[in-house]
Amino acid sequence: MSQVIVSGIITGSLYALAALGLVLIFKTSDVVNFAQGEMAMFCTFIAYTFMTFVGLPYYIAFPLTIICAGILGVIVYRLIIKPLSKSNVLSIMIATLGLIMILNGLAGNIFGFETKSFPKLINAKNINILGVSLEPNSLLIVLITFAIMLSLFFYFKTMEGIAIRAVAQDVDAAKLMGISVKRVTVTTWIISSMLAATAGMLIAPTTFLDINMMSEVHLKSFCAAVLGGFNTFVGPAVGGVLIGILENLVGKYISLAWKTVFAFILIIVMLVVRPNGLCGKSYRRKV
Amino acid sequence: MLIIKNLKVNYGYVNALKGVDIDIKGGQIVSILGSNGAGKTSLLKAVSGLVEDKSGTILFDGQDITNMSTEKIVSLGISHCPEGRRIFPQLTVEENLKIGAYVLRNKKVNLQEEFERVYAFFPKLKERRRQVAGTLSGGEQQMLAIGRALMSKPKLLMLDEPSLGLAPIIVNEIFKIIKQINSEGVTVLLIEQNANGALKISDYSYVLELGQVVSEGDSKKLLNDEGIRKSYLGA
Repeated sequence: MSQVIVSGIITGSLYALAALGLVLIFKTSDVVNFAQGEMAMFCTFIAYTFMTFVGLPYYIAFPLTIICAGILGVIVYRLIIKPLSKSNVLSIMIATLGLIMILNGLAGNIFGFETKSFPKLINAKNINILGVSLEPNSLLIVLITFAIMLSLFFYFKTMEGIAIRAVAQDVDAAKLMGISVKRVTVTTWIISSMLAATAGMLIAPTTFLDINMMSEVHLKSFCAAVLGGFNTFVGPAVGGVLIGILENLVGKYISLAWKTVFAFILIIVMLVVRPNGLCGKSYRRKV
Repeated sequence: MLIIKNLKVNYGYVNALKGVDIDIKGGQIVSILGSNGAGKTSLLKAVSGLVEDKSGTILFDGQDITNMSTEKIVSLGISHCPEGRRIFPQLTVEENLKIGAYVLRNKKVNLQEEFERVYAFFPKLKERRRQVAGTLSGGEQQMLAIGRALMSKPKLLMLDEPSLGLAPIIVNEIFKIIKQINSEGVTVLLIEQNANGALKISDYSYVLELGQVVSEGDSKKLLNDEGIRKSYLGA
């Protein structure tokens, strides 16, 4: 039982990372970035290229890829989001659907369609903690996720971070504070692209690297965001870990075939029972 | 300080302002009166750059700000406290105030001093500084909105209907504080439906009707004007 829960937390923390990127963009510009998963996949290929063709070691390729992810975020914003900024949110979301195909096609043609293996953070023997056998790599994944969440938490308390939250709550009022909404939007694209890349590189050793590696993870990260609350920054973390644990329990005690189905049933139930998610609150504006 | 010449604002086919001239002198409280739909809010939004379809000239301290971005206008020293308060409900009181000082982020400003300056006007906000702003009462939210607008150290403070929906006792308190803010050197542009209160605290007033200035003058004079009394003061 505890073994199942622990491995649920590990996959869950990766869902949480990807979901956080989704929520960040959604909260500030009402856009659901459907291409989040593909951006993660593309960045993971970049990391792979750095390691195999350029010959860089993992610990250099990793941060370098994060920087590239930031640049990818800016490019996507410049080429797709900014030109559409005057049109409605739906058009932008459809554009991100298009981006899925663009990135998918690009990745296949540049990096190839065959599946590749991707190295882990560290290779070491399993350790045993309180009867639960743990892979050091997994432990590191959880630690990294936790560190990222924590640093984002503190970032949201700084002036720039509060500016992001202000734009998320009231765009016009934020403008009146002298906040540049464009700048905030591009920042959220950079951060969520970086989060996507991190999630992609950490999950690639398990899913293997190919152009469809993120499809399931991406959908699960949606589930995580809905479960925790698409309107909060804490939500995706809680939702991600919960989904990870629950689907593992279903896989173990009911049937593996029901694992993914369960995640989606949960979402439908959540949307009916608590559309704001577990952590979501709705504030009424006082008149 | 703020000179508005022949300002026109359109929303699609609707002309919200049809050529308005307004002159605000530094150090004064100037009020703009008028009923719903007279164009009062459009006027403020035009000044702070929130509406795009406009023509005419807006000069602030001699500088043409007509087509500037809102960020730029705010950093020049115009602070706009919008209608309906528009505080950030999920930020705490202190975070709301902090973001009010966003334009000063690259200057050496002691935020703590600024907080204290605002808390001196609104002691209630200090008690509630860690509270999430969405849980404040209507009056407290208005105080927070004004306090937040003061955080950018504005030269001109524009207030859009600060008395809207508040109990009379709180309205009086807010008007008193506006007067106090003005006496510390901030020019105030006050938009009000509560004509009586606005005329009492302001130096000069304009009356807007259907997007045009129909009357203007010293507030004391307007307060005794037969026509104004009939249409706006109900006496």
